[in-house]
This record gives sequence, C-alpha cells and structure tokens, in this order.
Amino acid sequence: MMSFMFAIIRRDLLLVMRHPAEMLNPLMFFVLVVALFPLGISPEAYLLSQVAAGIVWVAALLATLLALDILFKADFSDGSLEQLLMAHQPAWVLVLAKVIVHWLISGLPLVLLSPIVASMLFLPAEALPTLMFSLLVGTPTLSLFGAVGAALVTGVKNAGMLISLLVLPLYIPVLIFGTGAVAAAAQGLPVSGYLAYMAAMLIFALMITPWAAAMALKVGQMQG
Amino acid sequence: MSWFDNWHLPKWFYQMASPKWFYDFGARLQPWFAGLALILISWGLVWSLLYAPADYQQGNSFRIIYVHVPAAILGQSLFLFMAVAGAIGLIWKMKVAFMVARSATLVGASFTALALITGAVWGKPTWGTYWVWDARLTSTLILLFLYTGVMALNQAIPDRSVAGRATAILAIIGSINIPIIKYSVDWWNTLHQPSTFTLTSKPSMPPEMYIPLLLMVVGCYCFCAWLIIQRTRNEILDQERQSSWVARYLED
Repeated sequence: MMSFMFAIIRRDLLLVMRHPAEMLNPLMFFVLVVALFPLGISPEAYLLSQVAAGIVWVAALLATLLALDILFKADFSDGSLEQLLMAHQPAWVLVLAKVIVHWLISGLPLVLLSPIVASMLFLPAEALPTLMFSLLVGTPTLSLFGAVGAALVTGVKNAGMLISLLVLPLYIPVLIFGTGAVAAAAQGLPVSGYLAYMAAMLIFALMITPWAAAMALKVGQMQG
Repeated sequence: MSWFDNWHLPKWFYQMASPKWFYDFGARLQPWFAGLALILISWGLVWSLLYAPADYQQGNSFRIIYVHVPAAILGQSLFLFMAVAGAIGLIWKMKVAFMVARSATLVGASFTALALITGAVWGKPTWGTYWVWDARLTSTLILLFLYTGVMALNQAIPDRSVAGRATAILAIIGSINIPIIKYSVDWWNTLHQPSTFTLTSKPSMPPEMYIPLLLMVVGCYCFCAWLIIQRTRNEILDQERQSSWVARYLED
C-alpha cells in the first residue's frame, strides 16, 4: 500500500517536472493577484498592512483552487485513472497520493513565497512566522477538500467554474482561522488557539475527504 | 459488514425503494400534508398578522418573523434532509432516495433565499441597513452557496444516476461542514439576536407571540413535505417513463 502510494507520488512529481509551467503557473497567479490589490485599493502602507493577511490568504485560496485541475484531469482523459482504480489498492490511497502531490506543487511553494508578498503588503514582521505557519497547516486542508471537488467533476466538461462553486464554501472556515491567526499575531496576541483549530480541521479533513473523493472517483467512472 | 446483514429495517423502508410504490404511497400521503399545511399556515398567518401583540420595541415590523424564522429553519433542515436522503441512496442503492434528494434541493434553496430576503427587509427598519456581515446572515449566505453548488453539480452531469450519487457525496460533505462553518463564522462576528427557539430552554417570547410562530413552522414543514412528494412523483414519472406502469397510469 505504501509502495503504491510512493510510486504514484513519484510518477506524478516526475510528470510535473517535465512541465515546469504547471508548477509555476499557480505561483505566478498568486503573486499577480496579490499585486492587484495595492493597485485596486491604495498603495498606502497603513491601509495595506491592515488587509495584508486577508489578501494573502484569499490569493492562496484561489491559487490552490486553480491548481486542482492537475489532480485527476489528465489521468481521467488518457484512461490511466481507470487503470489505477482497478489496481488492487484502496482508492483512498490513490487520492491521498494525489493530494500530497497537489500540496507539494501548490501549497508548499505558497508557504515559502508568502513572507515576500506579505512584506510587500507591509504586514508587520512579527506576524510573518504566523502567516507561514497558518498557511503550512491550512493549505493541506484546502488540497484535501479540493480533491473531493476535483473528483466530483471528473468527466464534466468546462469544470473550472463548477469546481470553485463546489469547493469555495468549504474553504471558508480555513480562511477565517488563517486570517484570524495572522491578525492576532500582528497585535501581539497569542495564536496557538487559532493554529490548534486549523490543525483540528486538517485532521478532520484527513479523516473524511480521501474516502469521499475515492467514492466520487468511482461514481465518475460510471459515466461513459 | 456482518452486523449489517442481521439488521433489518421496517418493511415500508424497503418498499420505498420501488418507484411505483413510492408514487402510490406519496399520492395517499399528499392530501394529509396539503390539508395540514393549509390549516396551519392560514391559522398561523391570521393569528400572527392580526391578533398577536406588537413588539414593544420593533412595533409591527417584527411580524415578518412569522415568515423569516420558518424559512430559515427549513432552509437548514432541508440541507440535512437532502444529505440523509443521499446517504440512504448511496448505502441501500435506492434510486428513489436520490430523486427525493434532488427534489428537496430547489425547495431548500428557495427557503434559504426567502430567509435572506425577509431578513434584509426586516433589517432595514430594525438595524438601519439591509445587510450586515453578521455571523448568522453570513452563514445563511454560505448555506445558499452550498445549495447552489449542489444544484450546479446536478445540472452539469447529464446521467441522472451518476448525478444523484455525486450530489449525494457533496451534500454529505457539505452537511458535515455546516457546523464547522457555523461555528467559525459565529466566532468571527456576531450581532444577531439569539435564536428564537431552542430545544433546551423556555422561549423568550410570550405564548401569544410564539404559538403562531410554532404553527407557521409546523405548517411550512407540512407544505415542504407535500411539495417534495409532488416533485419526487413528477421526477419518478419522468425517469421511469420507459416502464409499463407509467404508460398504464398515464393512459387512465
């Protein structure tokens, strides 16, 4: 079971390495969306520092959302998803492997990039570690719930808009606690409570979403 | 699954799985729900709009509560109902359960929208604004988004049985998330008056104000039951149009 999982992870990472643009696009999107806000709101430092956490989190939400396409779409259209589901391995292992790859491609680079874009928005330096940590705990939850959405729309044409309708409402608690943690850190308040809630949400998502996404993939295979 | 094999539900539960049986059984239930809904809603409306005392602070504007609260309660409970119906469909592989879930979606979404609209109308005289980013308003709005997600997924998949299963999974995940969303939003911002009804404590309203409200809530439940049965029966006729019993029924 573990070897199956690692084989999938290795294969998918290799496929991504062959097309580096797939990995860079969500990152560029993230930076671009963040850059739109000073242009749209105001370049003034005080105003931006007040909304910086929210902007970075919303941009991260949208960037992981756009990257959800890579989870199952290519495998579904070339038929290898069907083969993988027929392998004598539980389908949730496949889902979990795909989620790990998705997070390595979209979530982790965002975590690493976030201090730079947050400083560009004048987020106080003492809040930066909390921002990184909240993204580190929060983005895997986004990938997990996103996998359910991506699995539900396999085989649906023009699924891009649909998947955001399905997934974004489920992202709201993560957004609230993520931005709450950063706002608390900027005011010098303790943040461990927020991060503990986010960790609880991650564990909860880990419990239910691989099962749900596996089931959704099997349902998706029923349509010709 | 061994505990599962020796575990039997009442006979009517299994009979529900037959579209024809549900069609006939629904037809027998419908007059009861329709009659109850008609009596309760008209009784509740007349009492609440003409005879219930005006609120000492909000005057007559509070009377919109008699539509607002039933709509909000139904919007929430129908989402759960949809998820339970979907789960029954997935577990016992019942086509009719998916049809029931599908029929409940639009009804639930309409009631959620009604709750938001009446809330906005009520908010203007009371709070001085149509909309505030208050916790309960926001979580109702998110509930409406969850409904639209389910409806969009249902529309996007042409095969009815696949669509039924896919929306069931989404509804289950959504309903598991509703308490988390509610809690996190509550925690984020709250301004709303506390719940009118709770199961554990005595209502904060005098009886001549809350009994008509109770009548309205129960009446709206009956109306929804009637509507969902009707929509499911239409759905059954549509999906089973190839089978001989439908042809026979439509000839009569």
